[in-house]
Amino acid sequence: MAAGVATWLPFARAAAVGWLPLAKKTMPKPPVDNSSRSDEILYLNVSGVRFQTWKNTLDRYPDTLLGSSEKEFFFNEDTEEYFFDRDHEMFRHILNFYRTGKLHYPRHECIQAFDEELAFYGIVPEIIGDCCMEEYRDRKKENQERLAEDTEANESMDAPLPPDSTPRERLWRAFENPHTSTMALVFYYVTGFFIAVSVIANVVETVPCRPPEGRIKDLPCGEKYQLAFFCMDTACVLIFTFEYLMRLFAAPSRCKFMRSVMSVIDVVAIMPYYIGLVMPENEDVSGAFVTLRVFRVFRIFKFSRHSQGLRILGYTLKSCASELGFLLFSLTMAIIIFATVMFYAEKGTKGSTFTSIPASFWYTIVTMTTLGYGDMVPNTIAGKIFGSICSLSGVLVIALPVPVIVSNFSRIYHQNQRADKRRAQQKVRLARIRMAKKGTTNAFLQYKEDRGRDSDSTALCVKNRSAFEHQHHHLLHCLEKTTNHEFTDEMTYSELCMTESVGFRTSRSTSLSSQQGAQNNPTGCCPRRARRRAAMRLANSTASVSRGSVQELDTLHIKTTSIPPQTRSSLNAQADNLKLNCGEQDFTAAIISIPTPPANTPDESLPPSPAPIPGILRNTRATAFTHETVKISSL
Amino acid sequence: DLMTMVCHRPEGLDQLEAQTNFSKRELQVLYRGFKNECPSGVVNEDTFKQIYSQFFPHGDASTYAHYLFNAFDTGHTGSIKFEDFVTALSILLRGSVTEKLQWTFNLYDINRDGYINKEEMTDIVRAIYDMMGKYTYPVLKNDAPKQHVDAFFQKMDKNRDGVVTLDEFIFSCQEDENIMRSLQLFENVI
Repeated sequence: MAAGVATWLPFARAAAVGWLPLAKKTMPKPPVDNSSRSDEILYLNVSGVRFQTWKNTLDRYPDTLLGSSEKEFFFNEDTEEYFFDRDHEMFRHILNFYRTGKLHYPRHECIQAFDEELAFYGIVPEIIGDCCMEEYRDRKKENQERLAEDTEANESMDAPLPPDSTPRERLWRAFENPHTSTMALVFYYVTGFFIAVSVIANVVETVPCRPPEGRIKDLPCGEKYQLAFFCMDTACVLIFTFEYLMRLFAAPSRCKFMRSVMSVIDVVAIMPYYIGLVMPENEDVSGAFVTLRVFRVFRIFKFSRHSQGLRILGYTLKSCASELGFLLFSLTMAIIIFATVMFYAEKGTKGSTFTSIPASFWYTIVTMTTLGYGDMVPNTIAGKIFGSICSLSGVLVIALPVPVIVSNFSRIYHQNQRADKRRAQQKVRLARIRMAKKGTTNAFLQYKEDRGRDSDSTALCVKNRSAFEHQHHHLLHCLEKTTNHEFTDEMTYSELCMTESVGFRTSRSTSLSSQQGAQNNPTGCCPRRARRRAAMRLANSTASVSRGSVQELDTLHIKTTSIPPQTRSSLNAQADNLKLNCGEQDFTAAIISIPTPPANTPDESLPPSPAPIPGILRNTRATAFTHETVKISSL
Repeated sequence: DLMTMVCHRPEGLDQLEAQTNFSKRELQVLYRGFKNECPSGVVNEDTFKQIYSQFFPHGDASTYAHYLFNAFDTGHTGSIKFEDFVTALSILLRGSVTEKLQWTFNLYDINRDGYINKEEMTDIVRAIYDMMGKYTYPVLKNDAPKQHVDAFFQKMDKNRDGVVTLDEFIFSCQEDENIMRSLQLFENVI
């Protein structure tokens, strides 16, 4: 629980006196606190430095090492002090946490050492005070990032393959991390070389070479040495095809691989060749064929596998897409405006090159980017004025977004890195806080379950529970008794809601056997429902018993048939809670005697499906009975 | 802001020992805890609600804490000092049966007019049920507080005039063995 709560527990318990006149059932007995009530000073020896503090101070946080009985493991009988073989400087801060309720992070300490100390003393780092939390988090993040980079680098490089990996996995790994094996490295460089060769060939084949004999005009080399270039192209494409097919085979997920950017580039690089092969030497289609050859230049993008920088550039361009889009949009707006203006300004002039607005686009773009080719020039005065405005605004329109984009590059790049890490931490933090909160609420339910299981012993020390927890649970127990309702968790609550909406359907078979049968169904919620059915039957009997809740009878019954009880009902079976004036034998007697009358009556007296839930209404139906019965006070 | 730093110091230890049923040692322990949590020496209502709510994470304890606060704050100053705290604890833990019942009556009598009527009791009971939260077994019905109150009045209101006076209350509680027995339960809390 949160800070200092242990101090207030006695007052909360005292205030429970206010519930007593209202309570529908008797209060459970409080836990016996055997520990000495008087406060004492404890001596803590941490690596030779002696600290002293009140026992109560440490008891404030019972879920830490010093606050729980765990510290007894460190108790040294000879010197009568608790000895911890840890750093005493850090211990100072930890002890101050107990004293003031706030944990501070000493800036000069190593973050990991501090974390380890906190882990040792069982203190969650989340409770570091706001004053020191930011510093702590920054340092921790820095540390984690550095560690993550190191491990990542190590992993990706040198992690040895598991010995039983298939050749397919090995092949994939060779492709993704060429540094792992020599063969992979050789293949990597060979493909790189061929990409370069292919690109250079594409470039060179357009250079004009000296014409062969009998011709005057210069020929591009591609046509002169057609066969040579064709062979080189074929060789490159063969290598690329082979590489692509190998990757496709080795990929763990073929669909995902085929959709990835790199594989698309690969396909685009090799397709034109194959298309050109199958296409006939037709003059009509050869125009399209020539266009296809342009795509060969995309082979240069295959270099991005070989260059980390290209990949980063591609990624950041993708993430800056919105800024680039905005730049484009504003440019388009400006172009349209100025082109329109220039067109109408130059409209009247004879021999004007501004033939239409789209034609003026070219002028506007050339002017705004300060290129100024001079192929289109305004002649009128109005045109010249607007032209100069156009060029001035061009500088502004272009120059303004560029720094924004550049700063966006770095901002987005770093931000992406930081955002991912922060998100991961936040999830962990939230999960931890949720767990801690659930732990508190579930602790009581868990406590009830444990008590239920251990039904034969009256001593309630099932687990090693602190005095604080005992008292707190007793307090919650009192509240339950006051209101005659019990705490449950969400799951059983929703189950209950479902059951109620369905309504009770009681079987018509005779009591004992059917009850037995119902009891023998061990799984899930059926036992509960079966018990409720049995309970309903018993409740409706005319020879009804005065009881606080029929659940008790159910559980008494269960006790005799020795089925592991469910939590709620078993709690009521606790001997110390019920003011029973009969022993074990009488229970059995009472149980056996009671069902026989209902064997005759339920068939007539049972309503088809009594909608109201057992509980309060049953109390009103109860009639006074003899000494055998369980006497529970109820208002 | 400066005004909230006003520190309240309790009267001397001897006086408190004389006024309450605690020993000096116990008062020391109580004060150390109190002072640590509230260095200014007083607890205001919000802090009180926060503290009390920590014990009942399942539901909403703020309404009941409000009534409890008023019961502790006998001087109606809006804050609980250490003396109020210790006086109330002394009654609840070490007081006689009559004193305890009187304190409880005071708690229920929200407007301090000497009578508990149905509305006050319904408020109190509803506040108690709020503390249980949503997930209970059996499922909490909307009229559960009302029925509880009706049963209470059935028992306590002897002359059936619709209100419960202090005498009726004490008398009815003394009749009920279980209440008497459970009043002893909390003796060893400190």
